[in-house]
Order: sequence, then C-alpha cells, then structure tokens
Amino acid sequence: MESIMEPSQVQTASPSWLHKISKDRVILFALLSVLFVVMWLFIVMPLWAMLKKSVQNGQGDFVGLANFSHYFASASLWHSLSNTLALGVLVTGVVGVLAFGYAYALTRSCMPFKGLFKVLGSAPILAPSLLPAISLIFLFGKQGIAKEWLAGESVYGIIGISLGLIYWTFPHALMILTTSLRTSDARLYEAARALKTSPVKTFFVVTLPAAKYGLISTLIVVFTLVVCDFGVPKVIGGGYNVLATDIFKQVVGQQNFAMGAVTSMLLLLPALLAFVVDRWVQKKQKSLFDTRSVAYQPAPNSVRDGLCFAYCSVISLAVIGVLAMAVYGSLVTFWPWNTTLTLNNYNFAQISTYGWSPYWNSLTLASWTALLGTGLIFVGAYGVEKGRVYAPLRQLIQMLSVVPMAVPGLVLGLGYIFFFNDASNPLSFLYGGMTILVINTVVHYYTVGHMTALTALKQLPTEIEATAASVNLPQYKLFICVTVPVCLPAILDIAGYLFINALTTTSAVVFLYSTDTIPASVSVLNMDDAGQTGSAAAMAVMIMLSAAAAKMAHMFIGGWLEARTQAWRKR
Amino acid sequence: MSMTPSYLQIDNLSKNFGQFSALKQISLAIEQGEFISFLGPSGCGKTTLLRAIAGLDLPSSGAIYQAGQETTYLPPEKRDFGIVFQSYALFPNLTVEENIAIGLKNQGMSNQQALAQVSKWLDTIGLPTSGQKYPNQLSGGQQQRVALARALALSPGLLLLDEPLSALDAKVRTHLRDEICQLQRKLGITTIMVTHDQEEALSMADRIVVMNHGVIEQVGTPQDIYQQPASRFVAEFVGSMNFIPTSLVNRQQMRIAESLFASMSFENFSPNTGEQFDLAVRPENLALFDSHQAGIPVKVISMEFQGAFYRVECLLQFEPLSAAIYVDVPIRSASQLALQVGSICAMQIQTSHARGYAKLSHAA
Repeated sequence: MESIMEPSQVQTASPSWLHKISKDRVILFALLSVLFVVMWLFIVMPLWAMLKKSVQNGQGDFVGLANFSHYFASASLWHSLSNTLALGVLVTGVVGVLAFGYAYALTRSCMPFKGLFKVLGSAPILAPSLLPAISLIFLFGKQGIAKEWLAGESVYGIIGISLGLIYWTFPHALMILTTSLRTSDARLYEAARALKTSPVKTFFVVTLPAAKYGLISTLIVVFTLVVCDFGVPKVIGGGYNVLATDIFKQVVGQQNFAMGAVTSMLLLLPALLAFVVDRWVQKKQKSLFDTRSVAYQPAPNSVRDGLCFAYCSVISLAVIGVLAMAVYGSLVTFWPWNTTLTLNNYNFAQISTYGWSPYWNSLTLASWTALLGTGLIFVGAYGVEKGRVYAPLRQLIQMLSVVPMAVPGLVLGLGYIFFFNDASNPLSFLYGGMTILVINTVVHYYTVGHMTALTALKQLPTEIEATAASVNLPQYKLFICVTVPVCLPAILDIAGYLFINALTTTSAVVFLYSTDTIPASVSVLNMDDAGQTGSAAAMAVMIMLSAAAAKMAHMFIGGWLEARTQAWRKR
Repeated sequence: MSMTPSYLQIDNLSKNFGQFSALKQISLAIEQGEFISFLGPSGCGKTTLLRAIAGLDLPSSGAIYQAGQETTYLPPEKRDFGIVFQSYALFPNLTVEENIAIGLKNQGMSNQQALAQVSKWLDTIGLPTSGQKYPNQLSGGQQQRVALARALALSPGLLLLDEPLSALDAKVRTHLRDEICQLQRKLGITTIMVTHDQEEALSMADRIVVMNHGVIEQVGTPQDIYQQPASRFVAEFVGSMNFIPTSLVNRQQMRIAESLFASMSFENFSPNTGEQFDLAVRPENLALFDSHQAGIPVKVISMEFQGAFYRVECLLQFEPLSAAIYVDVPIRSASQLALQVGSICAMQIQTSHARGYAKLSHAA
C-alpha cells in the first residue's frame, strides 16, 4: 500500500515545491540572519575578545588567572573598589530620596507649574556628565565662587564626584519613579479611606508598596550609572580613584590592556548583578496595574501642595544653578581673574587643533546613530516579536538584545579595541572610522530602544499578522501600511533617545575615536585635561543646547505626526 | 486519499509542544458547505487544530487536504481561507473601508472595483455608512462584523472563526450569532468555528466536534451530542447531567440508594449483575411527585427560579452523602406540589433518555 502511494505523492509534490516557499518566511529568515550576524560580530565577539585578553599576558600567551591574582594582590585595587562601592551607595541613596520626593510632588500633588518642574527635573539628561562636573569646579573649586559652602573641604574627590553624579543621575531616577507613581490604582486609596486609615499610614501601606518595584529599579539603574560613569570622576575626582577611571588610566595611560580587561571584568559584575535583579523586578511589576485599574487623581490640599512646591523649587533652583554656572563659566574670559563676558571660549578654532570639528563629528555620529539605530532596532524587534517561524533564532536574538544593557560603556569600548584593533580581523578596517563609533553607540543603547519597540509592538494583537496572511497580504506590506504608522510615536522616541545619548556619551567612544572622528564629549574631556576649562564648558554647553534642540524638535515633530497619523486613536 | 470527496480532510494529525501533545492523531472529514463547531474546554486542542488548518501553527505529523490538495505544510498566505479572531484584529490605523479593501486591492483589483465590493459588503453587514470610520469608533459587535466582511470579501473557500463572539456582551452575541448563521447559509461557505460556549455550538453548527485533551470525543449533530453523548466527558460537558450511583441487582431490578425499581436498558451501556455504575439523566428528564407516589424518595435542599421552571437541588433521602441531583420542575407542578426547601418527594426517571456510564475509578 505504502509503496503504491509514494510515487504519486512525490509527483504531486515536486511541481508545487516553489509554490510552497513562502516569501514572508524568506524575508524573515534573511532579516533575522543579518541581525544575528550583526549582533554576533558587535556584541558577542568584542566581549569574548575582552574575556580572552583578561587571561593573557602582554605577549598574548595564556596565563590563566594570573592577571586576576596579580590584580587582587594590589592594594590600589581594593582602594578603588571600596571607593567605587562607597560612591555607588552614597549617590544611590541620596538620588533615591531626592527623586522620590520630586516624583511624588509631580504625581501626587496639585502644586502649580507642574509642567515646568517636570522639564527642569529632567533637564540634566540633556548634558554630558562632564557638564555638572565642570560647573561644580566653577562653583566650589579652588577659585570657586561658593567654595566657603564646603567649609574647607575640597570639592576634588568624593564630594565633587557625588554631587556631579547626583545631578546627572537625578533625571534617570525621576523618569522611572514618575512612571511607577503615576500608575497607581485610585481604588486602593478609596479603600484605605473607607477603612479610616490615616494619610501617613496610607503612604506606608499603599503608596510605598505600589512604588516598591519602581524604587528598586531606580536604585539599580542609578547604582549602575554611578559605578560605570567615568566622566565625572575624571574631571573632578582628583586623587579619588574608582574602577572606571582605573580602566581609562590602565588603557590610555599605561597601555596595559590585560589589566584593563581584568578591571573591566570586575566592572561587569555589579552591572550584571544589577541587570539580573532589574529583569526580575520588571517581571514582578507587570501585574500591578492593568486595564481595569483606575488611575489616581490627586485632590487639592494646600499644606501638601505648598510643601511640594517649595521642595521642587529648591531642587529646580539647584538644577538651574548648575546649568547657569556652566553657561556663565563658558562666557567668562579667564576665570576667575578676568570676568568680562566674551564668546572667545566658543572660538574653538583658536583654542584647539580640532576647531569645531568635534562638534560636527558629534552631530554626524548622533544623526547616523539615530537613523541606522532606529531602523535596525525597530525592524529587529518586529522580527523577534511578530515573526511566526524560526522561534529558536528569534529567542536567541531576544537574549542578545538585552545583553548591551548589562555592559558598561567603557567595557564595551575596550572590547571593541581588542576585537577590531587586531590586524588579523578582516573587519579591522572599521577601526578609527566614524562607522565603528556609530555601530558602538547603537549597540551601547540597543536594549532600551529594543524594549520601547517591543512595548509598542505588543499593543498590536498578534492575530493581525495571521489575518493579513489570510487575505494574502504580504507581511512587509502589512509592516509598512499598519505596523510602522501605528508605532510611529515609539519609533520617534527611539530616534530621539539614540540621538541625545549619542551626543552626550563619553564612555565607549573614548577608546574608539581617531583624530578625524573625535566627538564633542571627548573633546570636552581633553580640553578640561589641558586646563582650558572655559572652552570645555563651552563645548559641553554646545552639546546641551543641541540635545535640547533635538528634544524640542522631537516634541514638535511628535505633535505634528500625532495630528496627522494618529487620528484613529480618538474615539 | 486525495480523491476523497470531502472538502476538508484531516488525517492522523498530531501536534507536540515538547513533551506535551496538544493534538493526538486527529482524523476528521468536513463536507463542502458545512458549519462545523469545535467545542471543548480551554486547553483541549481546538484552537491548535484550527491554527493547523490555517497554517498558523504547523502540525508535528499527519496530513490536511483542502479541496483535494494537500495543504499540511503550506504557509497561510498560500491557503484559501478567511479568518476572524476573538480580538477582531482589525488594522487600527485604517478605516473600515480600507480594512476590507486592502486584501482586494492586493489581489490586483482596481480601486473602483474594490470600493464597489466594499460597499456591497458594508450593506451586507448592516454598516453602510461606517466606511470612513476607524475601528476604534465602532462598538465591539460592529468591529466583529467588519472583521467578518474582511474575511469574506476575498470569497475564500473556507471560513475560520476563532471564538468570534466571546468578547461581546450577551445581547450582541445572540444577535451576531443569527447573522453569522444566515450569512453562512446564504453564501454556502464551509465554516469552522472554535468555541468553548456549548450554547453557541448547539445553536449554530450543523455538526459539533467535541474535543478534550487533544482527542476528539464525539462528532455529531447538536441533537446527537446532547441526547446521545458518546462519552462521560461529553455528557458532562454539554448541558447539565446528573450522574446517579446505581447498581444492577438482578436482571429485573436496579437500585438507587434504598429504592428498587424495574431494570431499564441503555443504548450505550449494559451493566453486569451486581455492578455499580452511574445512571446519567438530564434535569429535564427527571420529575418530582407527591411523596406517597411511586419513585425514589428525595429531599429538596434548594430551589433556583429560572423563569419557566425551577431548578431544584435534591438529595437522596436515604443516601444524603451522595452528590446532589438537579431536577427541572415546571412552575405549575411546583405549585401543585407546594414545593419548598425541606419537602420530601418521589423522583421518577424518564427511562427513554437515560444513559449509563461505568463508575469513575477514584484511584486516579
């Protein structure tokens, strides 16, 4: 029976072989394969190269854990390590409390000028971390205008680093906390009132637990940022060594790549731990607020609103003060001896051999990062989320997509040196060009963009793809006609995020630039190193202004697009 | 095999997710123009089977033939079907008109032709003026009608409905139920609907496929399924069913609790003498009488008013620890009996509709 049937089946099958191939699947497979190769080359291989380097000596021979034991034997490591942890705990604690109060005022009070406070609270995110550091030198440095405030203590060291990092990480904390406090269920408060619970008790029984995961998430994000940042300690750290500056010194100063790799491995640990905890928190948080919840609306209360207003005013004044000091410092002829206002510090052509080119480099870098990064991230996220087949490949890509979040910028940059600055690597031609800066920056900020894209894509039911297939609509057409228009706000958010971060980042790019591609943030660092603090401030201000302009353009385009393409959202 | 006259033929279809088998050796034939309903509890494999027919999830083994052609591993866009989901899945940023037209235009139809088709379909689904609206501006029932029109506009050979009414409220649901049935009969399109709602399946389908744990328990007309459930599962899942512990005393007599009565024969089951089994009988096939009449003595423990009748919960008077028995009592007989909680009555069984099932082994 079987033998009679087989030939006839083969006959009917062979002419329809082509017919059975799905164009959608071919496209999806090509897309996923390209993405996988890109991720393999630009995420996995550099990290692997770094791992290898950490167990090799200067000649490239395998030495096992010798580097590590050598490293752990040195007293300076323990010093840096304890400094880093102390700094992390201090800044995280202070920022956690400050930002929680600010976010509480923004979401749970009826104080006036909420919109303005929101903008001011998130303004520091537009500047590179170097800007507050420079501004603090103007304020509290040896010639600082307010150095008496420190009562004889030097700002160079843990005080300066903490203040700079508190300033710079504040908006990151504020963003997460505002979201988590805003998504609170009003009915819990009604229940608490019905049970005659006092407002103070309600705060501890309802408000805090609801924001618990947001708070944990905030502390983790801030801790990671603090531990991995090297701009602030570089500028204002003085003799206070932390792991991030150690890496920089070992690699750039001593050319000791093996030790740099070992320190990087160490820096990877807290970041990795924070990442794992954060993933766990994210999973837990999902169920707290759903479509059936009723959003909390604060009622006016003059005492609370007045306190909130006073609190936010103080913080906002500090934010403005630091920004204004940087701007002022950049406009002063020669601090502190000649305080006539001038634009000379902005005349970069006279001050540095690079002239204005770092600024244009940064704009080029940011534009390409936004353009290519957004395309890659969104199409990649679409393939992962909406692909129907190749589940194992999609899962693998999903896993690789979240890896960059756990890798500090310096570590990633170092990995790129090891991998691409290797003559035997056919991709070594990339080294020193703009391309590698763009790729590195896209990879560094990939995860947040990927998550944003996934969230937007998840709002579309999965059945849409199935329905399109049933009316023979190819998936790429569906992608263009439905998915992209629906997700346009999210796509714009990703582009804005990438653009601003590419402008302000110092960490990874500091190892990868060449004289032709030096970005503005690195030139701030170099000018500050060379004692040209005024010009360093000027360049930092330029970065901030560009980021602010980008942010405004983002809001403007966003509003315009919303009016034009999102009409269907209205009921 | 492919010479079979059935429109859709499923042979030994299996689907495994790792260790778990969602479908086990499913075989089924569906005729041209039939309205079939896959009915079962969640996780029974009905949606998996539908998705295999659509090509959205490929089976692990077995074969599917549609209109004489093997389609088992064809991608969905190469198959001939229209599909409607519980979530409507309308393209949110396209108007109702564009939602229906997009498939037509993609097939090479001119703009004008497509729009003419769309307006014809909008008339059919009773939304002639809603073409320019976005899905978000329509009610759930209206959105589902648009989804139906979109699925039917390409005149597919097969219509697949995946719990199409589950997201709608009760009134809209009954209304749309009738509309779908009328449309299906008018177009004569072979239709498969997945549902967990037995009432929907009973009222709409020509034939029902009852599934559980990845196997087909029974295939039959709604009347077959309701009156002659092939398995204990079907009897339990469709409608209400009492399982009364009974034993065959001898060839002439059966016993429930302390009461002996004339032995009855079942179409599906013949107990051995002395065997304990479950007598399956629906509440409407039981009747309550005055306690000194013949019958099994029961005690009323609660009464639920259902409009046309009371659903009365009783316990066997001489075996109060066994499961409660539900009896539907017409309003008139309830008042004649002066039925109230605590009343003792005689219960009689309409033997023609009773079935027997072997006792469940409690070891499992």
